[in-house]
Amino acid sequence: MSALEEFFAAEASGDLIPWQSQVLAAEKFSMSLGAVEEAMLKAGWLPGRYQRNRQMLSTAQQHKLFCSCVAVIGCGGLGGYVIEQLARLGVGRIIAIDPDVFEEHNLNRQLLSSPRLLGHSKALTAKARVNDINPAVTLVAVEKAFDGDNGARLVAGADVVVDAVDNVAARKALDIVCRELGVPLVHGAIAGWYGHVSTQYPGDEIIKKLYGHSDDSPGVESQLGNPSFTPGATASFQVAEVCKIISGEGELLRHRKLHIDLLAMETEDVPF
Amino acid sequence: MTVTVKLFATFRKGRFKESQRDYPEQTTVGEVIDDLCLPNHELGAILLNARHVGKGLQLHEGDTLSIFPLVGGG
Repeated sequence: MSALEEFFAAEASGDLIPWQSQVLAAEKFSMSLGAVEEAMLKAGWLPGRYQRNRQMLSTAQQHKLFCSCVAVIGCGGLGGYVIEQLARLGVGRIIAIDPDVFEEHNLNRQLLSSPRLLGHSKALTAKARVNDINPAVTLVAVEKAFDGDNGARLVAGADVVVDAVDNVAARKALDIVCRELGVPLVHGAIAGWYGHVSTQYPGDEIIKKLYGHSDDSPGVESQLGNPSFTPGATASFQVAEVCKIISGEGELLRHRKLHIDLLAMETEDVPF
Repeated sequence: MTVTVKLFATFRKGRFKESQRDYPEQTTVGEVIDDLCLPNHELGAILLNARHVGKGLQLHEGDTLSIFPLVGGG
């Protein structure tokens, strides 16, 4: 047994290793918190922070999540909640892409925004937030607009891509890039009281069917805006999809779109 | 012929959620959209009996047409 494995065995309570011991291991063995977490999960120990995941996910699945990379395109309404939830879930590497800075009109809904951060980069704020809530997770911040030219390079290495962009042109570019790279795309979009979510695997044509006829002009969100709750609700459905894609659990929103109406409190499962 | 039309999200405002409507034979999806004054630039998914269709398709007795607005925010 290696010194690190002996340390884990000595510090564990049952199969759980507390955060304090993880920090101690990183110092003692000159490793990053992420490298310690990966070694713990690989050896079958569960970091204490994930103990409430365990009725849903095995330690092996938690290890798989930690070894996964998810690219989130957009760090605004949907993206802020998506990134927060991915980091708390235990996805080990997150690529967060957004060229924008926070503006006052973001404050009603964007989780990462606050008055003191007005004018600050959304992507860099996401990095600071993730470092605060789960320092074992690596967040790669990219302060660039995703497009057809740079897209494949920006999301290279991602196991899943999450669509949290706010315009149709970027969605079409995202669709093409994910098809080329052969990566699943978890699509989400919101407007006012309404949102929808769908999961597209390479070869599926959800984005084309939804937006193919559009001339890239904005949807009804341009009139409706977005309140505080629609991004959070829709983003949660997206993160559940990511969790299932990586863990292999459950049923996916594949070949269908879940339409969410928070005004009528209805959902509609729309076949594609 | 009688067709069931289902509207979603913003398209319900000032219209209806679901309605049985009478149209002449050979009426197209696009003609129903025009009849309901649904703005073209706001159109999202259009489903006829749970299949995605374009505006040129003709409707038949008993069809169910579901129309969603374009939702693009994030």
